[in-house]
Amino acid sequence: MRHFLDFEKPLAELEGKIEELRHLSNGGDINIADEVARLEAKVDRLLRQTYAKLSPWQKVQLARHPDRPHGSDYIRELIAEFTPLAGDRSFGEDRAILGGIGRFRGRSVVVLAHEKGTDTETRLKHNFGMAKPEGYRKARRLMALAERFGLPLLTFVDTPGAYPGIDAEARGQAEAIARSIEACLQLTVPMIATIIGEGGSGGALALATGNRVLMMEHSVYSVISPEACASIIWRTAENAQDAAEALKLTAQDLLKLGVIDGIVPEPLGGAHRERQPAVAAAGEAIEAALRPLVALDGPSLRQQRREKFLAMGSRGL
Amino acid sequence: MNWLTNFVLPKIRAVVAKKDVPDNLWHKCPNCGQMLFHRDLEASLFVCGSCGHHLRLAPERRLSMLFDDGRYDAIELPKTVLDPLKFRDRKRYTERLKEAQARTGTGRDALVVAHGTVAGLPTVIAVFDFDFMGGSMGIAVGEGLLAAARLAVLQEAALLVVPASGGARMQEGILSLMQMSRTTLAVEMVKEKGLPYLVLLSDPTTGGVSASFAMLGDITLAEPGAVIGFTGARVIEETIREKLPEGFQRAEYLLDHGMVDMVVPRRELRDTLARLLGLLRRPAPPAQVVALRG
Ligand SMILES: [Zn+2]
Repeated sequence: MRHFLDFEKPLAELEGKIEELRHLSNGGDINIADEVARLEAKVDRLLRQTYAKLSPWQKVQLARHPDRPHGSDYIRELIAEFTPLAGDRSFGEDRAILGGIGRFRGRSVVVLAHEKGTDTETRLKHNFGMAKPEGYRKARRLMALAERFGLPLLTFVDTPGAYPGIDAEARGQAEAIARSIEACLQLTVPMIATIIGEGGSGGALALATGNRVLMMEHSVYSVISPEACASIIWRTAENAQDAAEALKLTAQDLLKLGVIDGIVPEPLGGAHRERQPAVAAAGEAIEAALRPLVALDGPSLRQQRREKFLAMGSRGL
Repeated sequence: MNWLTNFVLPKIRAVVAKKDVPDNLWHKCPNCGQMLFHRDLEASLFVCGSCGHHLRLAPERRLSMLFDDGRYDAIELPKTVLDPLKFRDRKRYTERLKEAQARTGTGRDALVVAHGTVAGLPTVIAVFDFDFMGGSMGIAVGEGLLAAARLAVLQEAALLVVPASGGARMQEGILSLMQMSRTTLAVEMVKEKGLPYLVLLSDPTTGGVSASFAMLGDITLAEPGAVIGFTGARVIEETIREKLPEGFQRAEYLLDHGMVDMVVPRRELRDTLARLLGLLRRPAPPAQVVALRG
């Protein structure tokens, strides 16, 4: 079943009509074919109009769109011979973060990817992409593996945030995130992070302190969710749209702020409408970012990452 | 390297905590409600004589409690971009900053960095000011911690950080989040020079502050009763709709869960710190006394 956001509803209606007409004609009736073509042109126009002026709040909704490609989709499409590796070796296996080893364009890499799940069953299995300390500790373990064998690290970030729960706190959520950030900074192999959907606060940053940070065109990355920000500042979550504006959480704003290095263009209408080309575009961008980095030696890679983060915040919008 | 000149010519601010409060003032213990005489509180290092609650400290008071003879030099921190996002909610962020500065009566943000000695050993201490927008960490605080780390490296000093913070400065958006990586980098600068990095977790240490430099100490101390954790208790309660266990996210809870080395009452703090720094920085046995022959 496809999902439609509120602002996608006019599109959904048109596309429904096109579907119906096609069903009626089976391609024979010339009048119907004309009508289909006319409606398709209308859809295209509407898409262009809508997507030319998306509000930050609409971006948030798109970033969370249930049909958007998730971490596992990126792994399936981009990583050959992917071999999942599990566990933090101290408490458990956290399925909110997938990890493993495989080949990206022929080169062995270590991969870490948030996975939110796509239906009730898988959402529960992956805990909606909200990792616990064992998830970040697994990430750290796999970063050490990348380091030991000199393999580049690719991460795919898509999380509402780290899991807010008693057990997560008891096992040291804060420490686990801090150590994961530290491990990113210490890597002497190339690390490329791609925000594919929702970059939710520290839970995202733990996998995103990389040499290059890319964002999908309609993804968001923020210190706090617009809803939580609104309920703190406006004292009601109803101002989430205002908060989304104020937080400057779109890929376009983050590029201006020097926080990210590049934006991966999505197909018209967003990655959820054409999943495979969206993922392929990410693959191209990652390859382009990775190529110059593999030529650098370990200390230079670490130094480059360090300087990139040190320079951040020297300019505003 | 502008900030270097600031180190060479430090602005000597407070030397010994100034007496700004009349002795006859009363305070109410936020924990048990007991009325406490200001003079008694000063003598007890702002620990409630009735219930043992450790009250929050102004940075200057904290610094004078930790450095030898209460003497230290505060450094001027680098100037940073104000309001990088032009953030505006019901109020402009720049107005909120002005209000906070008016309330604390200083031109600074939520961090004070000072250097001096502890047990005769050169030490840099960075203290958060919870009164300044909840001690929240934005660019100024991140830059301040980087300056503290650079100063520690320059002086071959130990670095102690005392957070008291609700987390990231929301009004600086993604740039406040980036301070988690930047302050982790600050810790790394100190550690890679073989210098000790110690943390004293004070009330509260939560959110992005807890999930970065605050949890990376070589040794981590915590003040009794301090709230320490990643997600705020209220958010957890609302999410899981369960009652939180007694003492959840308190310093003692973290000790029981292996997240801090020790919970230290304030009156033992200075001695503990001095002992730890002595052990780490003077590892050789004292010179032996050898009787002269002849
Ligand atoms: Zn009391």
